[in-house]
Amino acid sequence: MGAVTPGVLALQGGFQAHLRALGPSALEVRTPEELARVDSLVLPGGESTTQGKLIELGGLKPALDGFVRSGKPVFATCAGLILCARYGWLDVDVKRNAYGRQADSFEALDDSGTRRLVFIRAPRIERVGPGVEVLASFNGEPVLVRQKNVTAACYHPELAA
Amino acid sequence: MSNTGTTRISRRPEASGDAPASQRATDPVLAVGRRREKYGLAEMLRGGVIMDVVNAEQARIAEDAGACAVMALERVPAQIRAQGGVARASDPEMIRSIQDAVTIPVMAKCRIGHFIEARILEALDVDFIDESEVLTPADEAFHIDKHTFRLPFVCGCRDLGEALRRIGEGAAMLRTKGEAGTGNVVEAVKHLRQLKSELGRVKQLAPEERMSEAKRLGAPYELLCEVAETGRLPVPNFAAGGIATPADAALCMALGAEAVFVGSGIFLSEDPARRARAIVEATTWWQDPAKLAAASTGLKASMRGLELGTLKADERMSARGW
Repeated sequence: MGAVTPGVLALQGGFQAHLRALGPSALEVRTPEELARVDSLVLPGGESTTQGKLIELGGLKPALDGFVRSGKPVFATCAGLILCARYGWLDVDVKRNAYGRQADSFEALDDSGTRRLVFIRAPRIERVGPGVEVLASFNGEPVLVRQKNVTAACYHPELAA
Repeated sequence: MSNTGTTRISRRPEASGDAPASQRATDPVLAVGRRREKYGLAEMLRGGVIMDVVNAEQARIAEDAGACAVMALERVPAQIRAQGGVARASDPEMIRSIQDAVTIPVMAKCRIGHFIEARILEALDVDFIDESEVLTPADEAFHIDKHTFRLPFVCGCRDLGEALRRIGEGAAMLRTKGEAGTGNVVEAVKHLRQLKSELGRVKQLAPEERMSEAKRLGAPYELLCEVAETGRLPVPNFAAGGIATPADAALCMALGAEAVFVGSGIFLSEDPARRARAIVEATTWWQDPAKLAAASTGLKASMRGLELGTLKADERMSARGW
């Protein structure tokens, strides 16, 4: 087995913090060809409207669908979670900017008291489907969920490091 | 602070932003938590295009084109330049109409040193405040003490010393100034290259050389040491001032900018929606000449632009601030 190559979708948003956290082996993914070279993928935060348009403009949608179906690990934060819900990669309903504008951004501990959560204009998970496991919650609401190979967070673990 | 484990940042200034500096430095939540949220939004704007808009209709065009944020202002820099007079923070009604029109972050400008305009923008719940040289400065000696605000600030810079002074005052993001409202990218390039070259030099300094360098640049010593060790600025730096084409945006990205601000270049061009989309594409795929060629095709006329030599010294916005 060769070394595992992690990838970070680098169209727009907080990809730099994930790349730093993953180390020098991580690749920036902006094209279907680059996606084919990675074994796992981070969908970073950022503006979901912008990222969605760039996915369409870059012809990345079919390649991303295929990547998710292949069972390779996908980790999404914030805007990435919104894209997972929109494209059916996760069976959840998400409301954008549900916690408010930037002035309402905040930092807190999750309900178990073990995870430090940084929320920035964060989305809220309003429904989880039957196949979705809730891994962490805040004030009783899910903030970290998993369905098969896709894990997604409302908050920014890459900024809490 | 409540006892539920929540360290929610209160919107009442006395609970967070206006804590005395000594408390800020020792309270990990105030010192680090607030920084994370402020720098966090700047991180989320990377690789994006922030577009100047003067009304709700332009804001919607910008959002549709893929802008990652909009800057709400009454006149774009080229109009401020042409019309003259004192340029101030925008009418709250106009800012609110733009906040209602889009879901992406909305930024607004205040005058350099005008901390009351900044408080008004904070009361309006904008997402980011730009203490901007594009407006007429309100204070010739002092910039705003940005640590006392719960909202993040972006400020302009021309070199590393200016960048670190603004970060020292609490800026969560920087933009190289360029020369706004000219449609001429030459100053943006000059400031990006200056920053890049100084970052490279500081990285090479021996530890005993750092204090002299901090003195020479007029930069806070601790921040200079941080830059020397990491080789990069502690906050994201975006490019601004004179970007008019997809190629201009890609050039700024290639010179180390992490996103771009486009002011007059979009809505003073012949086909703003198309040009806005093309600049968004160019900012993401700046390393791909074939994609840049496609994005640059059929855009109709760009804004006319100004030769920098025709500006008098007092017409240079980039010389405002210190």
